[in-house]
Amino acid sequence: MIGIVNLNKKFGKLHVLKDVSVQIERGCVSAIVGPNGSGKTTLIKSILGLVKPSSGQIFVNGIQINGDCAYRQQIGYMPQVAQFPENLTVREILHLVKDLRGNPTDLNETLFDQLGLEKELDKRMRTLSGGTRQKVSATLAFLFNPKILILDEPTAGLDPVSSSILKDQIQQEKAKGKTVILTSHIMSEIEELSDNIIFLLEGTVRFEGAIKTLIAGTNQQNLERTIAHIMMQGVA
Amino acid sequence: MKTIIKVIKYEFHDIFRSKWLIAYLLFFLMVTDTLFRFGGGGNRVILSLMNLVIFVIPLISILFGTMYLYHSQEFIKLLLSHPIHRRSLFAGMYLGLAIPLSLSFWLGVSIPFAYHDDGSNLMALGMLLMSGVFLTLIFTALAFLTAAILSDKTKGFGVAILVWLFFVVIYDGLILLTVFIFADYPLEQPLIILSLFNPIDLARILMLLSLDISALMGYTGAVFNKFLGSTWGMALSIFCLALWSILPYIAASRQFQDEDF
Repeated sequence: MIGIVNLNKKFGKLHVLKDVSVQIERGCVSAIVGPNGSGKTTLIKSILGLVKPSSGQIFVNGIQINGDCAYRQQIGYMPQVAQFPENLTVREILHLVKDLRGNPTDLNETLFDQLGLEKELDKRMRTLSGGTRQKVSATLAFLFNPKILILDEPTAGLDPVSSSILKDQIQQEKAKGKTVILTSHIMSEIEELSDNIIFLLEGTVRFEGAIKTLIAGTNQQNLERTIAHIMMQGVA
Repeated sequence: MKTIIKVIKYEFHDIFRSKWLIAYLLFFLMVTDTLFRFGGGGNRVILSLMNLVIFVIPLISILFGTMYLYHSQEFIKLLLSHPIHRRSLFAGMYLGLAIPLSLSFWLGVSIPFAYHDDGSNLMALGMLLMSGVFLTLIFTALAFLTAAILSDKTKGFGVAILVWLFFVVIYDGLILLTVFIFADYPLEQPLIILSLFNPIDLARILMLLSLDISALMGYTGAVFNKFLGSTWGMALSIFCLALWSILPYIAASRQFQDEDF
């Protein structure tokens, strides 16, 4: 589904991604984990074309992305920090994005309804709380029934109710055979949602594969301890 | 193309809400009206406006443009995760800013002309409006180029003001210095070439040639008139102004292609 081959990204002198090669399978939930600054967001943004790789290739559905934009039709993206034009209302944002996507009719408005965004429709983005912005962002990611969902720390900043609504939605999409890529620092959440894990440490892939294999390999009781164990080894 | 129009539509929506733009329109409206009330003839109003336009339009365009691109970071990030070409987004944002700025200037100047002037200065007015649009396009493009290269806002604004100062004051100062130092040599032709590299000079020459007031043309203007005559001088100025509008835009668009968000 998504193939990444020898991806390198440098920001000036800072070498953020070092020869990253990853294969993300169709119909699975893959979690990218790693400590702060390990390159998770950069990796995600490279797939989206927001960050231009220094070298290496990225394939989405077998087609190499190369300044093209059509493939993003299949992607729903929820950024880590939801940023919107401050002067627009929620309604205008939704309208704008729908318009850009060519006003499709088969929309998935489950999140919009369940997260209670109806009553926020005419509020300007700058008046909304961080959590509400995050809800708008989540709604936009799922709205167009994309085949690939890329969620950068989706539950950060959401209250427990909204967070479980979102997690339910992720599981439903997975059941429909969608490919999901997510990052999170909450290991129990990753254990609950994902099948595969990509563990990044200082810009290199430390582990890539099924979560069960990773836990079994280190003899720890759960994912959190396993990851902590590997991180400690990395430091030592 | 469709996407460009969608982006422009959004930008219009956003920018026509801005008080800046209305202030800009009112400024030209009031100045033009006042000049008519005090100064009399349309010809003289155009001349006074010219001196104002070549300072104000570049300054406002470059400041507004730089500010706009920095303020649009969220918008850019939101849109780029959807199927939209960077090139289309950039073109849409550029036109979405340059068109309202030009329109404000046009309306601000044309409305007082419509009820004060008898219509005998249409040619000169046309040149004024055209120069204004060129200056808007050029300095919006320079603003976008500055903001695309420098991600730091403070630096960006600093450089934008420097660029404006350079073309308005420093460049002319350098020319005068050259004339002073090389006073013993024939400088006419080198000076023509030098003035092609300053869009503000070009706009001034264009308007003066159309008004045919050689006494006010300054050194470069007079040289232009002497060597090229009115028609060729104007054609060359327009051509160079067009080049000036396109080249910085292309450079800025290229820069925008490679940026990380």
